[in-house]
Amino acid sequence: MLFPTQGNTVMDRIKTAELTGAEIVIRCLQAEGVDYVFGYPGGAVLWIYDELFKQDKVRHVLVRHEQGAAHAADGYSRSSHKVGVCLVTSGPGLTNAVTGIATAYMDSIPMVILSGQVPTHAIGEDAFQECDAVGITRPCVKHNFLVRDVKDLAMTIKKAFHIATTGRPGPVLVDIPKDVTTHKCEFHYPETVSMRSYNPVKKGHTGQIKKAVQLLLEAKRPMVYSGGGVVLANAAPQLKALMKRTGFPITNTLMGLGGYPGTDAQFLGMLGMHGTYESNMAMQHCDVLLAIGARFDDRVIGNPAHFAQNPRKIIHIDIDPSSISKRVKVDVPIVGNIPDVLSEFLGLLEKSKTQDIKAWWKQIEEWRGKDCLKYDRNAKVIKPQFVLEKLYEVTGGEAIITSDVGQHQMWAAQFYKFEQPRRWINSGGLGTMGFGLPAAMGAVLANPGATVACVTGESSIQMCLQELSTCKQYRLPVKIINLNNKYMGMVRQWQQFFHGNRYSESYMDALPDFVKLAEGYGHSGVLIDKPADVEPALREAFKRKKDLVFLDFLTDQTENVYPMIPGGKGITEMILSEDL
Amino acid sequence: MKHIISILVENEAGALSRISNMFSARGYNIESLTVAPTEDASMSRMTVVTKGSDDVIEKITKQLNKLVEVVKVVDLSEAEHIEREMMLIKVRAGAKEREDMKRMADIFRGRVIDASDNTYTIELTGDGAKLDAFIQALDQSAILETVRTGASGIGRGNRILRA
Ligand SMILES: Cc1cc2nc3c(=O)[nH]c(=O)nc-3n(C[C@H](O)[C@H](O)[C@H](O)COP(=O)(O)OP(=O)(O)OC[C@H]3O[C@@H](n4cnc5c(N)ncnc54)[C@H](O)[C@@H]3O)c2cc1C
Ligand SMILES: Cc1ncc(C[n+]2csc(CCOP(=O)(O)OP(=O)(O)O)c2C)c(N)n1
Ligand SMILES: [Mg+2]
Repeated sequence: MLFPTQGNTVMDRIKTAELTGAEIVIRCLQAEGVDYVFGYPGGAVLWIYDELFKQDKVRHVLVRHEQGAAHAADGYSRSSHKVGVCLVTSGPGLTNAVTGIATAYMDSIPMVILSGQVPTHAIGEDAFQECDAVGITRPCVKHNFLVRDVKDLAMTIKKAFHIATTGRPGPVLVDIPKDVTTHKCEFHYPETVSMRSYNPVKKGHTGQIKKAVQLLLEAKRPMVYSGGGVVLANAAPQLKALMKRTGFPITNTLMGLGGYPGTDAQFLGMLGMHGTYESNMAMQHCDVLLAIGARFDDRVIGNPAHFAQNPRKIIHIDIDPSSISKRVKVDVPIVGNIPDVLSEFLGLLEKSKTQDIKAWWKQIEEWRGKDCLKYDRNAKVIKPQFVLEKLYEVTGGEAIITSDVGQHQMWAAQFYKFEQPRRWINSGGLGTMGFGLPAAMGAVLANPGATVACVTGESSIQMCLQELSTCKQYRLPVKIINLNNKYMGMVRQWQQFFHGNRYSESYMDALPDFVKLAEGYGHSGVLIDKPADVEPALREAFKRKKDLVFLDFLTDQTENVYPMIPGGKGITEMILSEDL
Repeated sequence: MKHIISILVENEAGALSRISNMFSARGYNIESLTVAPTEDASMSRMTVVTKGSDDVIEKITKQLNKLVEVVKVVDLSEAEHIEREMMLIKVRAGAKEREDMKRMADIFRGRVIDASDNTYTIELTGDGAKLDAFIQALDQSAILETVRTGASGIGRGNRILRA
């Protein structure tokens, strides 16, 4: 024995007191520095709620529907780079949260979901409020666990936080049977985890990085395409340094907006289905494409066969090997963490000279000259684009903007210029209507004092409307920018273009009076139906720093989002606005 | 093309469904799947036989590696390997057929492991093609029941898959 008797006797004297599973859950959250948990109680989690009640380090936000809890935790994480945590009961509590979990999964958001489960002895017996949480969520989590023994609880929660935040981030669910929350054991929160089956890489392959830099040095028509990975990895500073060093043009995906300053001259705007003309043209015609934390989504590249018609060399940096060469074959794959890889790029680029790309920029400026986002500024009705331009002006471009899903989301992405990452919060991968309002609640709590607005549509806002009540209880001063076109505008647009103007079920009759509705929840609402009232209404609302204000803008009912790449078409086969 | 993929995976509840779910959710095909613990009881080894172009197989191995409980993945078909599958087949073996059946089993190096008045149960080991060939070689109407384990595979020589 290396350290005889003394150590042993000391250990004997300081035997840790035994804690219940419920106490352990709370102690773990405290140890992880969790300040907010978004949740909703129920039978299976009563003991955990009891322990929450007895302390005040971890604050609980009571939502009105578990979908709201998951989106709020998600918005909290996206706007802060911290882990979003939510707590739901077994059965319907968990199933209600699934949409929110899947939303986070598709956009790689680090979240930990704690769900109650029926007692271990009742599992599999169709017990009251039993559902196979691990089975139901398996396809939409990065990983999940069922804790059968209180002795495994602390380590499992530690692993959940570790897995959620490392490598390609994602939601992790921990399912905790009710009896496990009452059983007791000694509590030690592990400081580290090591898992032989899970070791995400950080550093990229040096040989590949050299090859990539060589390609960048030879490029005559270079293009940089960066995505959500830059935001997730907090790599905006390294990306900016690379762009300043090279002078190359850059585009961002919907998820990447803010990863590069939206007002910078090298920035060509978003690309893809509703991206700018110049971005999409440059993607097709470049000779070297550097993709950084972007996954060649079908809404971005359009038809991959069309994209492959133009020869170009592609470099792809991603931490997840399965994102590489999934839809588009790449020449130089680099598996690694973006800040680490870009720092190496910068080191290698220091002493070398890139090609003269003036001719390429000239071509790009020509494309940019098309002014593809132009819309009718003299219209008598409120144009949705106009509202967003004014929103940008009034908030000085400094707000955190959450969004729902539809046309309003695309206009927000096109017209609000994000200078910083983590200010644009939207559901890109799953496209979940109902995301905007609860996500804004999370953003407010993660960023005390920040201006937070939710850009939404009259259909989306009704999907998690109940959270207006949560906003009242916790005094969350979200500004709701409702672009009310009385249509599921995005659906109507597709029906107009591709289904012979047959607006099947995309018109919503009997809309609520949103002003009264906001008032009913104890907030204020304003109806705006004239272009001249747009800016004053916004100014008035944003002055009210402590209040939630619901701005209901009656906008042009038939406006469309342009440019648009129809499904299955090539990235340059864009439909442009008739106003051009 | 047919590929035989070996997977070392943590021996945890749910690991098998995580892997089979991945195949079905992403539309990859599974011809057979076998799994059992290894000499280290904390780990299981799985053999999956699948079909697909090289691109698809690359995607499958990447997706398998991405699963948190998967320790290692190897496409055995990339190099020399051995593949074995076991089949138990019950055939009609009345007085008339008995001789023939026995002879047939011998040709394929099968063993009769159970017999009744009118049946034989034959155990046969080999790669999938050999088992197919045996089934083909029999009078189809004599086959009463078959059960196959699915293929297990291992690399040849010094090719070793460990954690
Ligand atoms: C109505 C609607 C319209 C849309 N239209 C468009 C459109 O016009 N244009 C558009 O771009 N999108 C559009 N989308 C969104 C689209 O569906 C995808 O969600 C989006 O394009 C994906 O963005 P991304 O490629 O940046 O990948 P993300 O989903 O953000 O994925 C991030 C990638 O980065 C990697 N990564 C994460 N962390 C790191 C790290 N530390 N180091 C390295 N890599 C890392 C991940 O592995 C992943 O591959 C639309 C969505 C909706 C709902
Ligand atoms: C939960 C959910 N159901 C359905 C859809 C399909 N969908 C995408 S956009 C849209 C219409 C959105 O309408 P609205 O919120 O009014 O926004 P607009 O397009 O009019 O700006 C629908 C139904 C979806 N994305 N999410
Ligand atoms: Mg609408």
